[in-house]
Amino acid sequence: MTAALIGLPLFGATVLLLGGRRTNAWGHYFAVAMSASSFFVGVATFMSMLGRSAEDRTIETHLFDWIAVGSFQVPFGLQIDQLSIAFVLLITGVGTLIHIYSIGYMAHDENRRKFFAYLNLFVAAMLLLVLANNYFLLYVGWEGVGLASYLLISFWQHKPSAAVAGKKAFVVNRVGDVGLSLAVMLMFVTFGTVTFSGVSAAAGNGDATSLKLIGFALLLAACGKSAQFPLQSWLLDAMEGPTPVSALIHAATMVTAGVYLIVRAHAIFDLSETARTAVVVIGAITLLLGAFIGTAKDDIKKGLAGSTMSQIGYMILAAGLGPVGYVFAIFHLLTHGMFKAGLFLGAGSVMHGVNDDVNMRHYGALRGAMKITYVTFGLGFLAIIGIPPFAGFWSKDEIIKVAFEQNTLVGLCTLVGAGVTAFYMTRMMTMTFFGEARWEKDVHPHESPSTMTIPMIILAVGSAFGGLLLLFVGDIEAWLEPVTGFATSTEAGGMAWLMPTTLLVIAAGVAYAWNTYGRRPVPVVAPAEVSLLTRAARNDAYGDAINEAIFMRPGLHLTRALVWFDTKGIDGFIGGFAALIGGLSARGRKLQNGYARSYALTMLGGAALIAFVLYLVRL
Amino acid sequence: MQLTTLMLIPLVGAIAVFLLPAAKETLAKQVALAVSIVTAIDAIRLALSLDNSSGAIQFVEKHEWIPAFGISWSLGIDGIAGLLIAMATILVPLIIVAGWWDAENSGRGTVKGFFALILALEVCMIGVFAATDLFLFYVFFEVMLLPVYFLIGRFGGAQRSYAAMKFLLYSLVGGLFMLASLIGLYVVSARTLGQGTFDFVTLTGLHMDAGTQKTLFLGFFFAFAVKAPMVPFHTWLPDAAAEATPGTSTLLVGVLDKVGTFGMIRYLLPIFPDASHYYAPIIIVLACISIFYGALLAIGQTDMMRLIAFSSVSHFGFIVLGIFVFSSQGLAGSSFYMINHGFSTGALFLVVGYLASRRGSKKISDFGGVSKVAPVLAGVLLISGLSSLALPGMSSFVSEFLVLIGTFSENRVAANIATVGIVLAAFYILWMYQRVATGEPSEEVNSTVSEINKRELVAIVPILAAIIALGIFPQAALKYINPAVSDLQKYVSVVDPTPAFGALTEGIGS
Amino acid sequence: MNPNNYLILAGILFTIGAFGVVVRRNAIIVFMSVEMMLNAANLAFATAARTTGTLDGQVAAFFVMVVAAAEVVVGLAIIVTIFRTRRSASIDEANLLKY
Repeated sequence: MTAALIGLPLFGATVLLLGGRRTNAWGHYFAVAMSASSFFVGVATFMSMLGRSAEDRTIETHLFDWIAVGSFQVPFGLQIDQLSIAFVLLITGVGTLIHIYSIGYMAHDENRRKFFAYLNLFVAAMLLLVLANNYFLLYVGWEGVGLASYLLISFWQHKPSAAVAGKKAFVVNRVGDVGLSLAVMLMFVTFGTVTFSGVSAAAGNGDATSLKLIGFALLLAACGKSAQFPLQSWLLDAMEGPTPVSALIHAATMVTAGVYLIVRAHAIFDLSETARTAVVVIGAITLLLGAFIGTAKDDIKKGLAGSTMSQIGYMILAAGLGPVGYVFAIFHLLTHGMFKAGLFLGAGSVMHGVNDDVNMRHYGALRGAMKITYVTFGLGFLAIIGIPPFAGFWSKDEIIKVAFEQNTLVGLCTLVGAGVTAFYMTRMMTMTFFGEARWEKDVHPHESPSTMTIPMIILAVGSAFGGLLLLFVGDIEAWLEPVTGFATSTEAGGMAWLMPTTLLVIAAGVAYAWNTYGRRPVPVVAPAEVSLLTRAARNDAYGDAINEAIFMRPGLHLTRALVWFDTKGIDGFIGGFAALIGGLSARGRKLQNGYARSYALTMLGGAALIAFVLYLVRL
Repeated sequence: MQLTTLMLIPLVGAIAVFLLPAAKETLAKQVALAVSIVTAIDAIRLALSLDNSSGAIQFVEKHEWIPAFGISWSLGIDGIAGLLIAMATILVPLIIVAGWWDAENSGRGTVKGFFALILALEVCMIGVFAATDLFLFYVFFEVMLLPVYFLIGRFGGAQRSYAAMKFLLYSLVGGLFMLASLIGLYVVSARTLGQGTFDFVTLTGLHMDAGTQKTLFLGFFFAFAVKAPMVPFHTWLPDAAAEATPGTSTLLVGVLDKVGTFGMIRYLLPIFPDASHYYAPIIIVLACISIFYGALLAIGQTDMMRLIAFSSVSHFGFIVLGIFVFSSQGLAGSSFYMINHGFSTGALFLVVGYLASRRGSKKISDFGGVSKVAPVLAGVLLISGLSSLALPGMSSFVSEFLVLIGTFSENRVAANIATVGIVLAAFYILWMYQRVATGEPSEEVNSTVSEINKRELVAIVPILAAIIALGIFPQAALKYINPAVSDLQKYVSVVDPTPAFGALTEGIGS
Repeated sequence: MNPNNYLILAGILFTIGAFGVVVRRNAIIVFMSVEMMLNAANLAFATAARTTGTLDGQVAAFFVMVVAAAEVVVGLAIIVTIFRTRRSASIDEANLLKY
C-alpha cells in the first residue's frame, strides 16, 4: 500500500521517459492519472488510519534489506504515520492539481511529455522523502527531489539563465546535503542506527556535543533544501522554471522538506537547547530577509519566491521553538502549501494572459480581464497576510503567539514579518489587479482555460477554509501529537492583547502599501533613484554577490592556478626530468665519434683502471 | 581449471582474430564480440557461483611453474576479485560495440589488430585479478601494459605516441619498485620459511619485523599509487585517457587502474598489516588531497576526456581513503566503489566518445545546445554524469557513502574533508553538462551532432541499467564483498568501533 | 726457471701492441699490433700453465689462437673491402659509424 504511493508516479515517470515520443499524445493524461491514483491511495490510507486508535496509526513496511555492511544496516523500509500522511496528502493533492493545471499551462510546449515525466518523478521522490523510515533512505528522496528540481528549473534549457539556475540550485542544495550526510554519519557513529525509531529511542543516551552537532548538521541540510539563510540564494533563481514547478516544488512541497526534517528529528532537537536556538535564529533571519527581498521585487514570481523564503522562515522558527512549536510549523506548512500554490498558479495564470511577462509594472487593472484569477489570487492574498478566518491567519497567529511566549525578541521578529508580508502582498495585489492598465502594446489579457482555473479555484477554497478545517475539524494538534509531541503554552489565554496587535500591524502594512501603490500611479519603469535598502532588496540582499566574491571567483582562480600547477608544476617536473635524461644522453652520444683508435684508447684506459682497482683491492 | 578456462576463451579469441586476413574487418569484429560475450557470461556465472558465506579464496587452482623459485601458476578469486572480473568482462563486449568504427577512424593500426589487442588485454585483466601468486600477479601487471601501449599508441588522437610512452614509462617505473619489493619479499620468506615462495596465502602468514615491512610496503605502494593513480603520480592519466579511443579509456580507467587499488586491498593489507597501520595516516592525507585536487582540476578542464580523467583521480581518492581506514564500511565501500566506478566512468567515456565522434572535438567549448538537437544523447550524458556525482539511487552513491561513513567512524577530519568533495563533484559534472547540452546549439553543433543510434544505445544502456540496479539492490554485490572484507579486517586486526551511545539491544534494521 | 721474466716479456709485448693500436693509423699495422697483444696474452697463459703444472693455460692459449685466426679472416676481409672502396687503409678516415 505504502509502496504503491511512491510506485505509481515513479511508474508514470519511467513510462514517459522510456516511452519517448510514442507517449507524446497521451503522456500528460497518464501522468495526471498516476499522480491522482497516488492521491487516492493516500486518501484510502488516511481513512484506514482514522479508523484506528492513535497508537496503532503508524504502519511500517519493510521492503528489503538495502545496505548491510558490518553494523551499518539500512533497510529499504517505509513508514507512514500521522506526520507522513499529512505530507502525502499535501504532495499528492496539490501535486495532482498542479498536474492538471500544467495540461493547460504547458499545452504549447513541445517537450510537454518530458515535463510531466519530471513532475511525476518529483512526486515519487518527494513521497520517498516523507515515507522513508530511516534517515539514509530519506537522503535518497532528498536528493531525488533535488534532481527533479534541477531538471524542472532548467526545463527550458535553451535559455542559458535557466540552465545556470538549475545548476545553481543543485549545487547549493548539495552544500546542504553535506549537512544531511554528516548528520547520518554522526547518528551512525553515536547511536549505531539511522532509523527514525532507533535514533529517537537512543537520543536520550547521547551526549550533549553529539546531539548539538547532529542538530547543526540537520539544520544545514534544512537550510539548503528550504532556502534558508545562508543558502537562500538559489530559490530566487529557481523561478526560471515553468510556473507550475515554482508552485509545486518551490512553494508547496520540496522547499518545506527542511521543516519536515527538523520535525522528524525532534528527538534530537528536544534534547539540544543550542541546536534549537540555532534553528530559531536561522528561521528569524530568513523570515525577515525573505520578506525584505519581497518588498522590492517587480518580478511577480520573484516576489512570491521571497515570500516563500519568509514563510518557511516562520515554519523553521516554529520548529526551533521545540514541542510547543512543531505542530504549528507543520500546520503553517500545510496551509502555506495551499495558499502559496494557489498564489503561484494565479501568477502563472496572469503571465499566461499577458504573453509571459513577469514584470508587475506592466500589469495593472487586470481584475476586469481575469475575474477568476483575481478572486482566487485575492483569497490566497487574504490567507497569506493572515486575515481571519482565512487559512494563514490560524497558523501564523499561533506561531506568533508561541514565539512571544518563548522570547519577546523572536516574537517581535515574527510580528514585524507579518507586517512586511502584508505590505509586499498588498503591493503585489494592487500592482497586478488594481490601478490603471500599464500593459505592453500587443497584450490582450484574457482568462486562462478551465484546466488552469479549476485547480486555482480548489486551492483558493483551501486557502479560505483550510485553516479552519485543519484546526477545528481535523484537530491537527491532537493528530500530530503522537509523532511530534505537543506542549500547550504555559500561560494559555494570557496573551489576549496579541491578536489585535497582530491584526493592527497587518492593517498598517496593507494601508501603507495601498497608499504607495494603490492611490498613486505606478511608474512603468522601475525608478532608478532609490534608497540603499531598496537597492539591496532588489539585488536579493547581495546574496549572489557575496557568494560570487567568496566562493565562485576565488574558486575559479584556484582551479585555474591548480591547472597551471598541474601542467607546469607536476607534469613540468616529470617532463623536465625526462628532458634532463634526454639531454644527458645526447651529450653522452658524442663520445661515439667514429674513430676506432679513440675507442681503443678508452678501452685501454678502462682496462688499466680496472687493473689498478683490482691491484688496490688486493692490497 | 575454471579460471584458466575463463582466460583461455579470450586468449584463443585474440589469436583467432589476429590470424584472420586483414581484409575481413567485419568478421574480426564479429568474432571479437562473440568471444567477449562468451567470456562475460562465463565470468558472471563464476561470480554468481561464489560461496558468499566465506571470504576465502575460491576456485583455487595451482600448477608448478618455476619450482626453483617457488613460483606457480595459481589462480583463485574471492568476492572482490570475482566481481571485478565480472565488471571487466561485462565492459569488454560493450566497448567493442561502442567502438565498432573506432579502429578505422583513428590511428594507423589494422582493425583486426585493435580487436585482438582488446581481447589480449582482457586475458591480462582476468589474470591480474585472479592471480594468487605474487610473481604471477607481477607478470600480468607488467604484460598488461603492452596491449594498452599499442591500443593507445596506434589508435588514438594526435598526441597518442606521447601519451602511450608516458603511460608506459610511468607504469614501468612503478613496476620496477614493485619488483624490487617482490624480490625482497621472496628473500624474507626464504629466510623465515627455509623455502622461498611467492604464494599469496603463505605470505599472509609471514612474520616480518616492522622495519622490513615498511620498506617492502613502499615499493608495492608506489606501484599501486602510480596505477591507481594518486596525486602526485597522476599526470599520465589525463593524457592517456584523452588520447586513447573511448573504449580504451574505459578499460584503462575503469579496469586497469583498479589494479592499483585492488592491489592495496588484496596484497598490502594482509601481507604488511603493521606497515599498513604505520603509513595509513599519510595515505589518508594523500587520498584527501587526491579527492580535492582531482575535483578542482576537473573543474578547470576544457577537454571532456581530461575532465573525466581528473574526476577519476578524485574518485580514486575516495577508494584509497576507504581502504586505509580499515573499517568494514570503508573496505566494503571501496571494493564496491571499484565496480561502480568502472561502470560510471565507462558510461561517461563512451558517451563523450559518441559526442566527440560526431563533432570531431572533445573541447567543451565546441559544444552547446546538444539537448535540443539530440535529446536522448544529452539524457544519456546526464545520467552518466549523475552517476559520477553519486546521486542517490545510483550505485556510486551507496559506495561513496559507505566510504564516507566508514571513514567517519575512524577519522572524522578526513570524512569531513571528503564530504565536501561531493559538492565539487556536483559542480564539475553539472557545469560540463550545462556547457555541452544546454543553451542554443551553434551552427556546427546543429549540422554535426546527430541523435544517438541503435548501436551506441545498445552499448551504453546495459551499463546504465547496471548502475541503477546496483543502486537499488546494492546487496546483490555487497553480499559477496562482505565476507572478504571481514577476513581482511582480521589480517589487519581491526574491529569496527561500537557506537558511542547506541541502544544496542534494539533490533537494528527491523 | 723464473716465470717473472716471461711475464715481464709478455707485458712488454702487450704494451708495444697496445701502443701500436692507439698511435698508428694504418689498418694493417693496427691489425698486427692487435695480433701482438693476443700473442702476449698467449705467452702469459703458457707461462702460467708451466708454473702451475696444469694444461689449463695452454688450452686457453689454443682458444686465443683459434679466435685470432678467425678474426684475421674477417678483419682482413673488411680491411680489403674498405681499401677497395676508399683507396686508403687509414682507419681514421673510416669514421662514418658514429653518434
